[in-house]
Amino acid sequence: MHRVVVTGWGVISPVGNTAATYWEALSHGASGLGAPTLAPVDQLNQKVVAEVKGFDPAAHFSDRALAFMDRVAQFGVVAAREAIAQSGLAFDEELAQRTATIIGTAVGGQTTQDENYVKLYRQGARRLPPFAIPRLMVNAACSQISMHCGLQGPAFTVASACASGTHAAGLAFQMVRSGAVACAVTGGAEASIAFGPLKVWEAMRIMAPDACRPFSKDRKGMVLGEGAAIVVLETLDAARARGAEILGEITGFGMSADAKDITNPDAGGMTRAIVGALADARLAPQDVQYVNAHGTGTVANDETETRALKQAFGAHAANLAMSSTKSMVGHSLGASGALELIATLMAMREGVAPPTIGYLGPDATCDLDCVPNTPRPMRIDAALSNSFAFGGLNAVLAMRRFAS
Amino acid sequence: MTDVAADVIAVIAGKVRGEQPQIKLTDKLEDLGLESLDAVEMIFELEEKFDITIPYNANDSRAEFDTVGDVVTAVKNLVDGKA
Repeated sequence: MHRVVVTGWGVISPVGNTAATYWEALSHGASGLGAPTLAPVDQLNQKVVAEVKGFDPAAHFSDRALAFMDRVAQFGVVAAREAIAQSGLAFDEELAQRTATIIGTAVGGQTTQDENYVKLYRQGARRLPPFAIPRLMVNAACSQISMHCGLQGPAFTVASACASGTHAAGLAFQMVRSGAVACAVTGGAEASIAFGPLKVWEAMRIMAPDACRPFSKDRKGMVLGEGAAIVVLETLDAARARGAEILGEITGFGMSADAKDITNPDAGGMTRAIVGALADARLAPQDVQYVNAHGTGTVANDETETRALKQAFGAHAANLAMSSTKSMVGHSLGASGALELIATLMAMREGVAPPTIGYLGPDATCDLDCVPNTPRPMRIDAALSNSFAFGGLNAVLAMRRFAS
Repeated sequence: MTDVAADVIAVIAGKVRGEQPQIKLTDKLEDLGLESLDAVEMIFELEEKFDITIPYNANDSRAEFDTVGDVVTAVKNLVDGKA
């Protein structure tokens, strides 16, 4: 069994299009929410979304490449390039064949799908552009990352809704730990802010009209986000041998299924995933200082997650700092777990717990310390990142601050 | 009982599982066994039936739509507002 470290990270997010700007925003409690520009706001109850801003596809890709790339794949490849550049790895043939590409994407090329349906059903088009399928298939981001970065080892997409990015990184962690691969490029990508997807979210009646306020009184639900977050994983031995900068260590992964309800979360399922991650990382509850919560801002998630943390951590739950960075970047579905993995690693490295912004005051059912509104400098030696998907699919990663 | 009330009760009755009780305006949706997704479906069916938009958010409408009578009142107000 190898120790698994992170040596590169890359981010496209509603608060910044590099890992550094992402952290700058999170560590200052900046919001990436605003009125949608990608969908007609006058026909939506959701007046805010969390869009990626200032992303110029032509700055990153040729016209020929873009013909095959939905926004979701563009985000994924740009984040992967940043992560690989930071890692300093050069993929020669041997390493390329021993590097996995495991990417979480929940819904994939929704913009392409939506645009084609408008052409077909509203505009009466008799034929559609030829490359819709390679743009919208849910594995497109994964495939484009492997192609653009020349990664030839095991590659696949993980689709477990809101937990996709965490499941992907967890599987990559297990593969590097076991020695099945030497290296992994992993994380998540999503770009589903388009009129059709927003209307089906609206129909669920769980979207907030104005702001995402996890764990707060008077919270009104989720805000849809988008983006990509990619990390490079390798063994501690390999990273040390080549003198790489080590950004953090992944130490455990827990998974479970609620096996109960297709949308209502279950504290039992969440608890099993949290306890599983702690056990896998050989962490006692009191070893953990920070949890990056799933924290969607719905009534149901936040009170259930609070109960699960109490069940898993016992009395120590009251000592935890536990924040939801979705308050700043919205919920980017398949990318969210990966964005939160990086946020958690950065929190440990920089010694700052990012806040839960938009907090209006306590809710009796969410009585843990969610670092309300203000970032908190604190030493974090070990932390968890929670992801709990619709369909009751739960994934939790455990991490340690890396001290050389 | 008005037509609106009868129509609302018919929609709610469609969401009740098992034996059909005599639904009264004072019955709580929760006591009738309606879960959150049932309520969301009920609202959708009422919007379609009456061609209205009900501002229902599952995160903050639980108290507002507590009883069958609450739903009837909300629908009536919206239908009257249309006329």
